[in-house]
Amino acid sequence: MAALYEGFTLCGLVQTQNASDSPIQGIELDGDSDHAVVTDSTRSVTLYKVSDQKPLGSWTVKQGQLLTCPAVFNFQTKEYVVVSDNKVIRVWKDEDLNLDKAFKATVTADVWRVHSAPGGEPVVLFQRGAVRFLDSLLSAPQQPVEDVLSEEEVIRWSTNIVAEEQHFVLFTTEQKGECCLYVQRLNPNTLQKYRLEREDSGASPLSFSASLQDKHLNLLYLYPNGCVYQSVVAARGYVGLEGVQALPRSLRLMVPVGEGELGAASAVALDEAHVAVVGVPHPSARTGKDFLCIWNTNFQTLQAGKEMAGRIHGQVWCYLGKLFVSHGKALSVIPYECQKSSLASALGKLRHTGLAVSKSSVAVPSWNTLLHGDQPQGPTKIVETRKSKLSRKSQSAQALTVEQVLELIKTGPVDEVQREVEALVSRGDAQDLQLSVGQLACHLVARSQAETAFYTPVALAQLVQTQFLCHSVCPGLLLLSLEHKDYFLCQLCLQLFPDIPEVVTCACLKTFISVPDGDVEMVSLEPDSVSFMEGLVGARGGQQNGFSPPLFEEDSCDTNHQPKPPQDKKNHTLQLEACPVGLHKAVLLNEVLQTPYSDNFLLPHLKDLDTQQVILFLQYLQFVYLKYSQDVYTQTPGLRSPTMTQIIDWVCLLLDAHFTVLVMAPDAKGLLSNLQSFVKSQVKLFSELGKIESSLQELHKMKLSKDISQYSIEVIELF
Amino acid sequence: MGEFKVHRVRFFDYMPTAIRAMAFNAHTERLALARMDGSVEIFNFTDHYFQEKVIPGKDSRSIESLCWVGGRLFSAGLNGEIAEYDLENLRPKYSLEAYGGPIWTIISNTQGTQLAIGCEDGTVKLFEVLEEHIQFERNLDRQKGRIISLSWHPSGTHIAAGMMDMIRVFDVPTGHAVQRLLVDRGFGGSKSRETVVWSVAFLSDHTVVSGDSAGKVQVWDGHTGTLVKTHLVTKWDVLALSVSKDESSVVAGTSEGTVIQFQFIAPTLHQQQDKEWVRTRTFKNHTHDVRALAEIETAIVSGGMDTHLVVRPLLEKFDEKSHASGLRKIHFPHVIANNINLSCAKKAGLLLFQFPGQLELWRLGDSDEHGKPGDRLPLKRKPEKLLLLKRKGEDHICCSALSSCGGWLAYSTVSSVRIYRLQTDNNNISITKVSKLPKALHSAHQLCFSSDSSKMFAASSQSSVLVIALTQSECKYVHTLKPKSGSRQPIHLMTTSGDGKWLAAANSDCEIHVYNLQKLKLHCIVPVYGSCPSAMGIHPTTNNMTVVHADQQLFEYSIVEKQYTDWSRKLQKQGLHNVWLDRDTPVTHVTFNSKNPNQVVLHDMHMFCIIDQMFIHPCPCHNGLIGFSGLFYNQMTLRSLSEQERPSHLHAFKICKTFQVSLLFLASLLDDQSLVVVERPLLAITSQLPAPVRQKKFAT
Repeated sequence: MAALYEGFTLCGLVQTQNASDSPIQGIELDGDSDHAVVTDSTRSVTLYKVSDQKPLGSWTVKQGQLLTCPAVFNFQTKEYVVVSDNKVIRVWKDEDLNLDKAFKATVTADVWRVHSAPGGEPVVLFQRGAVRFLDSLLSAPQQPVEDVLSEEEVIRWSTNIVAEEQHFVLFTTEQKGECCLYVQRLNPNTLQKYRLEREDSGASPLSFSASLQDKHLNLLYLYPNGCVYQSVVAARGYVGLEGVQALPRSLRLMVPVGEGELGAASAVALDEAHVAVVGVPHPSARTGKDFLCIWNTNFQTLQAGKEMAGRIHGQVWCYLGKLFVSHGKALSVIPYECQKSSLASALGKLRHTGLAVSKSSVAVPSWNTLLHGDQPQGPTKIVETRKSKLSRKSQSAQALTVEQVLELIKTGPVDEVQREVEALVSRGDAQDLQLSVGQLACHLVARSQAETAFYTPVALAQLVQTQFLCHSVCPGLLLLSLEHKDYFLCQLCLQLFPDIPEVVTCACLKTFISVPDGDVEMVSLEPDSVSFMEGLVGARGGQQNGFSPPLFEEDSCDTNHQPKPPQDKKNHTLQLEACPVGLHKAVLLNEVLQTPYSDNFLLPHLKDLDTQQVILFLQYLQFVYLKYSQDVYTQTPGLRSPTMTQIIDWVCLLLDAHFTVLVMAPDAKGLLSNLQSFVKSQVKLFSELGKIESSLQELHKMKLSKDISQYSIEVIELF
Repeated sequence: MGEFKVHRVRFFDYMPTAIRAMAFNAHTERLALARMDGSVEIFNFTDHYFQEKVIPGKDSRSIESLCWVGGRLFSAGLNGEIAEYDLENLRPKYSLEAYGGPIWTIISNTQGTQLAIGCEDGTVKLFEVLEEHIQFERNLDRQKGRIISLSWHPSGTHIAAGMMDMIRVFDVPTGHAVQRLLVDRGFGGSKSRETVVWSVAFLSDHTVVSGDSAGKVQVWDGHTGTLVKTHLVTKWDVLALSVSKDESSVVAGTSEGTVIQFQFIAPTLHQQQDKEWVRTRTFKNHTHDVRALAEIETAIVSGGMDTHLVVRPLLEKFDEKSHASGLRKIHFPHVIANNINLSCAKKAGLLLFQFPGQLELWRLGDSDEHGKPGDRLPLKRKPEKLLLLKRKGEDHICCSALSSCGGWLAYSTVSSVRIYRLQTDNNNISITKVSKLPKALHSAHQLCFSSDSSKMFAASSQSSVLVIALTQSECKYVHTLKPKSGSRQPIHLMTTSGDGKWLAAANSDCEIHVYNLQKLKLHCIVPVYGSCPSAMGIHPTTNNMTVVHADQQLFEYSIVEKQYTDWSRKLQKQGLHNVWLDRDTPVTHVTFNSKNPNQVVLHDMHMFCIIDQMFIHPCPCHNGLIGFSGLFYNQMTLRSLSEQERPSHLHAFKICKTFQVSLLFLASLLDDQSLVVVERPLLAITSQLPAPVRQKKFAT
């Protein structure tokens, strides 16, 4: 689960003469987590306070001089370092006003980048591939610098990674279409060269991003065809290898590219499972490659997307939960959040959009409006968002924030918890809720499990109804509701959770079947499902408004022309008996019938049912089946109801699970013979359908005669 | 060669009428054919079954029977009249009330001196054939019940008459009935119904053959009046009989659409003397009643309700497979192609359809789009019926014309000519009849406007052409163009040149006269070719005339130089390809591509062909020559070839059969490189026919 939040503009950008160049060289962190050091493509370095979107300081080199490397912050000395005109390293402190008066040192070779990271010494990477610590370089600026790279090899990208005790400088080079990755370990210094696999198209990667994960260096790179590959280099591997090694890669993601190839695009890894890609089209938006998207690489699902106004420069930086994207005439900062994702929530995205359309009763914001509803367009929008932020703040003065509610859940009394959760759910906007609902539910369930007295049915139901929950997010919820005999909540969960394990489904079934009718009838259930069941039972079984339908001459599941032997009459009357279970019980059973399952997993758990339960359930299934096949029962559109196939499947499953028991049980005999007549009639029906199908098939084969109208203008070609 | 826009017009719902009677003249080899609407068509069997002449029908006329006396054609019908036709002026010469009620049949004796008719009131009336007239002679003994069919014994002494439930044999000199042959009724439920003897044939050995409504073909001995043999051939009616000239074969047409042949042969090889009538072959070429039959030297000609004329060659009469031995189905009168006129002025694309009873003026649809070959373009404007002009009087329309500017419309019946002025502005159309017509203009075989619409030409009697000048206010007689040859035959084709200088007229004597319209006199006569011209056209720029004949030969004649062009001579020297010559419908229209002077557009009922003189002529003698394969591929085959192969197969005759499923009426180039194809699918005609008699089919 990941989300992009409302972004804001950090600063405007000055268009360079050359439109293809980005106006920004780089963004680096300062000692303060809220600071960003922005180096533009010409002469100036600006320090911003990100949350206030306010420049704290700016330094410019003289006219005629050019910054050739983004300024970095030396975390050890609290100094800024920048390189101008390739060879001049300048070091200054925060309080220095004039860059010209700052410390300068001229080195002998062209510098590519200065890299700095917290916990590590700044490193200087020369254009010919040599690496020096900044300190040692500054102490002897005129020291000779060796050439590592061959004549035509040029550096495309570089970074440094500092892990405990280890310091890496990674850079990729390109030479005649061939890309290589160099991993320079410092202290002790080793250099390893890897060759990247060539893409079929021969294109070189558009962007790289490296991270350290589980003591491995992960390199993520994006190709113009939308493929995002990952290569892994062991951080603490055997370093004695000589020469060039091929770097194996794995395809992490195929970003849909729409028409043509990606131009200015960039991918950056957010965590193990999420990648932010900028400059790509949104799969559900038609045109434009100007989206910032977060993809889940495990499930290949789009998690969030945002349209960026203006031209995308293909640059994205990711620092401390914020994405910095330069687009159009602005540098935007977009906070994001990535959560550990479960399959259900990954899948759930798409499901919810569908449900949100069909179910208007539950207030779920449309996913589309979430994605595209409000896009920041220039500064005017930003003012609005600020305003809205303010208003939200004023609201939260009265109501509690999510964190506060979570705290409250741990200790607070039932009523208060209920009230606060309710308030939170009813006011919170969808995006926030999506992330917090899971936490809230988990906390509530945990508390309830710990304290039997604590149970908040209304709050839980409300949380479930937001449709942001699924079983895997809060595994205890359904069982908890069963424990508390909260059948309404059970029903909601069965309806809304896409991922209920078969064991839980079975537990529900068992509980529902064995619960006395009286217990359930008083419970209020979801009205639609109840009205469906009422319709089904009342359609023929009962008397409505004094209307009693005439008795059937025959069992309709048998074909009509077969006269019934008289001994079947008994069965026959049995079938016409009313529903074997109570109305509400039937409603609950229907929910079970409609729960998705896979029979391999369900079957072992079904065996837990005892014979009486099986027989009762079978009777109920038979009842519904007969109703379906007998009646000219037209399903009310929009009402949730088990389909014929679901019923038959369940009958089959039950028989599979309990066949021997049922054969032996005397009271199941009538039932089984009735079921046999089901099967017979079904087989007959399908054989008839088969016949019809083959004749209809012929219709398909018939050549469609060209529609000959009275008049047409056609084009012919003569040779 | 290029892409063409084709307007496929399928709203010409012309419906040919059923064939009612036919008579074959063995001397001239002309077949006269009468249709239900009273029209008579003459086919020339020596000239590729070319339909030479059409005598338009008339509302009150119905023809039940046709009869040739020498070169004279008589008909009789249920209106009780006998008519003789003027085959030169294509109209009935006179008609005569027979005063015997409806007439069912008319025959002549072999000498050609007498006619006999069978009347509803039970009389057989004899008429004497005089030089210019016929004269009632006497009645034979009047019988009870109508006389349905008659057959004259070749000696002229006896007449067999088919009636209800019986056949009578009359002695002509005395007028008495000498034999009474009772015909059995059908079996079962039809027992109570009278048997109608639809047809009788009296052979020289006094054998009478009869076909009746009980489905029997019976052979009687005319001397003794005894039944010799009964052939039950159908559950339905036997409607027509025809005897071959040598009397060795009789064919019978039935309601089932079959034609059954009986032959007078010995049933076993040993007894060659004991011959009897044996049923031999069954032909099924019709879906409906076979109402008319003629057995000619080498073929059986049949026609009926399904409107087709079928010439079924008897294969034993042919030594080898040839063009003549193939089955011929003539679905439409050939001249029907003349019933469609196209005006392409001002891009209006007006189309005039001529029906016997009315004229329809349509405007073609329009499309701005361009498409790939095979595409159907979206219509910007749908076709529109602008005008429906019903004729006045009883006579059917015989010809019509629309001027190329779309401003004049004319039609003629046998009794009158009418000219209308059309004014179309935007969507309104107004029509005004030109009131005063010159006296000389009373009827026309063909009408035609000059290309600038200033003159109208009307083909009149004796191959003459009247020139009428048209102005806004009036139309004025200018001149009569007369051929030098003195031919009395009617003109069946007429065309003018684009510059208005030349007029060409072709008549049934195969003559083509070219007149100079500026000098108003005969310019030249195109050398007479043995086959009738079926279509011709004068090229708008070169003034070369392209003539196609009924035998599919193609000539190009330079009017200015009064000689065949080099291309035409070369073509004739090399000979046309067999594929071209073996086509069985004549070319009915010739037009030109104004953009490309080398292209001539021709069409017959199944295909249209663009002849590009720049391409090599597909002749077997060109095999392998300058990269030509020598194969006569049509466009569909060419399309299926690969790009590399195609050039070697390209040739001058671009035959396009895309529209072959239907009958093709017209292909004409509008000014914007588009063709107009009027299609009349056979299926559409068949679907409008009444249901055929029910037949038991296997597994139904």
